Amino acid sequence: MRTIGLTLSLLIATLCIAQAQVSPMVIIKGGEYIPLYGSDSVKVKVASIKMDVYPVTNLQFLNFVKENPKWRRSNVKGLFADKNYLSTWQSDTILGINLKKDTPITEVSWFAAKNYCECQNKRLPTIDEWEYAAMADEELPDARQKKTYNQFILSWYETPKTNKNKIGSTFKNYWGIYDLHGLVWEWTGDFNSVLISGESRKDVDKDSNLFCGTAAIGATDLMNYAAFMRYAFRGSIKANYAMRNLGFRCVKDITDEKL
Amino acid sequence: MKNYNLKKVNVILLILLSVVTFSCKETVKKDTALYQCPMHCEGEKTYTEPQKCPICKMDTELANTSIKNDGEIPEMSIFNLPSKWTNQNNENISLLDLKGDVLVMVMIYTTCTSACPRLVSDMRNIERQIPDEQKNNVKLVFVSIDPITDTPTRLKEFAKENQMDSDQFIFLTGSVEDTREFAAVLAVSYKQISPKDFSHSNIISVFNKEGVLMHQQEGLGVDNAETVAKIITESNY
Repeated sequence: MRTIGLTLSLLIATLCIAQAQVSPMVIIKGGEYIPLYGSDSVKVKVASIKMDVYPVTNLQFLNFVKENPKWRRSNVKGLFADKNYLSTWQSDTILGINLKKDTPITEVSWFAAKNYCECQNKRLPTIDEWEYAAMADEELPDARQKKTYNQFILSWYETPKTNKNKIGSTFKNYWGIYDLHGLVWEWTGDFNSVLISGESRKDVDKDSNLFCGTAAIGATDLMNYAAFMRYAFRGSIKANYAMRNLGFRCVKDITDEKL
Repeated sequence: MKNYNLKKVNVILLILLSVVTFSCKETVKKDTALYQCPMHCEGEKTYTEPQKCPICKMDTELANTSIKNDGEIPEMSIFNLPSKWTNQNNENISLLDLKGDVLVMVMIYTTCTSACPRLVSDMRNIERQIPDEQKNNVKLVFVSIDPITDTPTRLKEFAKENQMDSDQFIFLTGSVEDTREFAAVLAVSYKQISPKDFSHSNIISVFNKEGVLMHQQEGLGVDNAETVAKIITESNY
């Protein structure tokens, strides 16, 4: 049976199909939470979902690109991915020399990430789903008040090139998810629902503002600072951007399973 | 035993593959699509149905051509989006169907009482300044960010209420997903802040006849001279 399992997973790994890309998922039990950053402190409901345990890897994305030539670097349209898309790869279907198979894929646009998930019969998480899952540390589903949790995140924000670390190299959180903090930033399906300054995107439109979190200095604590960084980042990127420190993972609605 | 199991597994895989591959490519426009070998083994030869390339056996892909109008769609054109929309007359259209006109687009929702009425009046203001002889080449397009409420019927009523019930104005509603995607392309942000209300960017975008973004006007009641000039220039091409 083990041989079969192995053959199956090998076979599967080479196909575009979802169930194919071996990527374990775990259930995140839904609930209510107050988002860290927002104009009002209203509780937001999050439904139960399944989430990828790890971010999508270079190898998984390579397989996807092989199966879906429209997502190869030389084929992709500018509307869907800018010139940084997979730019450190050696060719359309060969990873960059410095890229390992089991490190998170980065340099992918929102469109590419979205289509990858759709091809796995999954989708990108919403900001709320992502933040809800990511407020857990090893022990608590909501560790946002803990100093250690916030220090871990902020020290990561200061560490360069963490995208070169293997998936699973950070901590396993309460839900069984790895690497929400510590490796790469992640695309969310509704990243463009962030309106930092009222109804205008003007303040966050410039590339120089990409990582600027200075406006949070007046914020009450580290927790808000870390969250502000993430929201400001989301508010400053565009759907065709491909960036060195931005990857993704997928989620799945649980109701889908029952159908 | 092992062999038998493997066969079974392969069969299951094949079934899975065919199902999922199909669903992955559901965005392909069946009626107008042409397929081509990705390796161009037979030059620019195209097929009307997806199939294997007879030479290299690779799956053919959607070719970069359009039947409606000769010539390729530019890379940055919104006509590359496969999304499906319904207009105020309950007709299903894709963005590609709008090719050939200069498009002035804005995202609103009809139950909005604060910013949207002003955005709508900005759009009408722009429309008034387009010379009559060029109006044939310009469409003003309103895309709903609240597709659940804004049914085609509701959009039609909205068009009438606002004296925009003519061919000049197009009102579109689509799926929640496609709406989010379209907003991403326009760099429009929006968020539902209560069951009835959204906060959203106030951006009017001008696309040329090929669907490429040429100009964006941000804010409410801003000076639209540049926007109007751009529309007139583009409609003359």
